[in-house]
Amino acid sequence: MENNGRFGDFGGFYVPEVLIPALEEIERAFYRFKGDPKFVAQLDELYTRYAGRPTPLYFAKRFSEYVGFKVYVKREDLLHGGAHKVNNTLGQGLLAKFMGKTKLIAETGAGQHGLATAMIGALFGMQTKIFMGTVDTRRQSVNVHKMKLCGAEVIPVAGGTGTLKDAINEALRYWTANVIDTFYLFGSVCGPHPYPTVVKHFQMPIGTEARKQCIEQIGKPPDMVVACVGGGSNAIGIFSGFFDDKKVRLIGVEAGGEGVQTGKHCATLLEGKIGVFHGSRSYLLQSDEGQIYETHSVSAGLDYPAVGPEHCFLKDTQRAEYVTADDEDVLDAFEIFTKSEGILPALESAHALAFLISQKGKLPKDTVAVINLSGRGDKDVGIVEEHRPVQ
Amino acid sequence: MTTYKETFGKLNRAALIPFFVIGDPDFETSLSVVKSAIDAGADVLELGIPFSDPIADGPTIQKADIRALNAGMTVRKALDFIKRVTDYKSIPIGLLVYYNLVYQYGTEKFLKDFKAAGGSSVLVADLSIDDSDEIAGPAKEAGLETVFMITPVTTDERAERIAEKTTGFIYTVSLLGVTGERASLSNMVKPLVTKLKTLTDVPVCVGFGVSSPQHAKAIAAAGADGVIIGSRIVKMIEDNLNDKQKMQSEISVFITQVKSVLE
Ligand SMILES: Cc1ncc(COP(=O)(O)O)c(C=O)c1O
Repeated sequence: MENNGRFGDFGGFYVPEVLIPALEEIERAFYRFKGDPKFVAQLDELYTRYAGRPTPLYFAKRFSEYVGFKVYVKREDLLHGGAHKVNNTLGQGLLAKFMGKTKLIAETGAGQHGLATAMIGALFGMQTKIFMGTVDTRRQSVNVHKMKLCGAEVIPVAGGTGTLKDAINEALRYWTANVIDTFYLFGSVCGPHPYPTVVKHFQMPIGTEARKQCIEQIGKPPDMVVACVGGGSNAIGIFSGFFDDKKVRLIGVEAGGEGVQTGKHCATLLEGKIGVFHGSRSYLLQSDEGQIYETHSVSAGLDYPAVGPEHCFLKDTQRAEYVTADDEDVLDAFEIFTKSEGILPALESAHALAFLISQKGKLPKDTVAVINLSGRGDKDVGIVEEHRPVQ
Repeated sequence: MTTYKETFGKLNRAALIPFFVIGDPDFETSLSVVKSAIDAGADVLELGIPFSDPIADGPTIQKADIRALNAGMTVRKALDFIKRVTDYKSIPIGLLVYYNLVYQYGTEKFLKDFKAAGGSSVLVADLSIDDSDEIAGPAKEAGLETVFMITPVTTDERAERIAEKTTGFIYTVSLLGVTGERASLSNMVKPLVTKLKTLTDVPVCVGFGVSSPQHAKAIAAAGADGVIIGSRIVKMIEDNLNDKQKMQSEISVFITQVKSVLE
C-alpha cells in the first residue's frame, strides 16, 4: 500500500493476506483516477444528471418554530435511490469501470447501499451481487425487491446475527474467492484502507455544497452540523465541508436502540472499546474477550458494531461530539418532522432530528443548525406503522 | 523446545497437521478428539480459538466456532486447553487466531501465556506482514515462531518479504477462497510450492481445501513440508455430534489413512 490508511492510530488494513493485492489495486486506481480530468468530468455529469446533485439546502420553517432555533436541512433524501448512498456507488462504480472490472459485490443493511449498488450495476451493465442479512431482508423487503428489479442477485446471509456485520463477513468471503474480476463496492467509511478514504472522497460533495449554500443563504457557516452515524459516511461527508470552520460544532448521532443502559443499542463510539474488526482499528461493541456483539436499532442502516476510523479520531481529538438517540425518540422525531414539513425522513436520519428535538428550548433562538437528511423514509413506513399504528 | 525446522527436518516426509477449533463441540469432547488425533499420528497440531466473525473461514469452521462459543469456550479456557494437550504429549502447536481476541487480551500477555501453555507458533488470520510488527516483536520476545500466509495472488516480491518475516513455516493457501472441503485439489499447489522452495528455505506447509489422503499425497509429492487438513476433519465432528465414540474413531481412522500415504 502507498498509504497506511491511519487516522491517528485508528484504521489500517487488517485483512487476510489474500485480500491485500485487491486492496492495493483499488488504492492505486483511486489515487490515479480521483484527479484524472476524464474521471472527474464523467463523475460530475453522473452526479448532476443521474443522481440529482447538487441537493438543496432547505430552511425547515415549521420544524424550526417547533424546536425554537433555525434548522436547515441538506436534502440528500432527494437523490436518486432516496439516500446519500448513490454518491459513493457512482464514485466507486466508475472507479471499477476505469479499472476494467465487470462484476460488483456489496453488503447492505437497510438495503439502501445495496439498492444504490444495484442501480449502478444496471447503469454500467455490471453483474451485481448484494449480500444482506436475513433479519434485514425481512424488515427491508421492498428494497430487496427493488434490487432484484435492477437485475442484481440478492444473497441472503443467515449466519451470525443476520444483520449488516454478517453481510460484510459473507461479502468478504465471497471476494476472497473472486478477487481477480470482482470489485467490492464497500458502503461506508469503515472496513480496511483504502475504503474509509475512498468513501469519504465520494461523499464530500455533501459538505462542500452545504457550506457554499450556507454562505449563500445565511451569509456564514452554521453553528452546528448534525448527522446520524452508522458506519459514518453521510456524517463524514457533511462534516468534511466544515472541518476548517473551527467554531462549527460537528455532532454525530448514534443509535441508542432501547437505551444504552439496556445493552440493546449500537452506540459504538460512546459505549465501545477499541479493537480490530473488518479490517480496521476502531471503537467496537464487543465482549471483554473481543467477541463481537449483536447490535440493536429500529433502523437497519445503523445496526453495526464498528464505526469509521476517522470518527474515532474526531472523537478522541474532540473535533466532533457524539451523542445517542433512542428508538422511541427517533419514532417521535419521524412523526414530528413529517407532520411539520411533509417530508418523511429515513429512520437513520431521524436520529439526527431527534437530537435537535432534544435541544428544544435549550439553544438561543438565532442558533443555526444544519442537519444532513441522509435518506427518505418511504422504506421505513412499514416499521413505523408497526411501532406507531396511524389512528 | 523443538523448532519447526527441526521437526520437519527429522521427519524426512511431509508432516501431517490436522486443524481443530478449540472447544468444538465442547471442552472435554474436543480434548479427547485432539488426543486421539495425536495418538493416530498427527505430527503437528493447528488449533484455532473460536471467534464470532471468522471472515477467512467457510461454513464448516464457522459452525464449529459457534458450537464452541455456545458451549462456553473463552480465550482463557483455550489457553488452558492447550496446556492440557501439551501435558498429554509434547507436540508442536500452531495457533490460528483472529486479531481482536489477541488485542483485547493484550498482545504481549497473550503470547507469553500461550508460550507458557506449550504453544509453538502463532498465525493471526487478519494480520498481514504490513502490520506484522504488532505481533512479530512480542512473539519473538515470548519465544514463539511466526507463521504467515502466502496465496496464489501473492507477488514474488511480496512472497520474499513474507518469507523473511516467517520463522516457523509458510502457510500456503492452495486456492482463492476461504476454508472448506473441496472435491479436487487446486492445480495451483504444485507451481506455488515449487516457487516458494526456490525463494526460501523456511518450511512450506499447504492448507485450505485439503480433503482426502490423495490430496495429501499430491501435496507431499509437490515438495511441501506439511499438509494442513481442517474442514474435512471438523466436518466429522459436525456429522457425529450425537455419537462421540464414532466421532473419535472416524477422525482417528482418517488421520491414520492420511499418515499411511505420507509415509
Ligand atoms: C438513509 C441512511 N442514512 C444513514 C445510513 C448509515 O450509514 P452511514 O453512517 O455510513 O451514513 C444509512 C445506511 O444504510 C442509510 O440508509
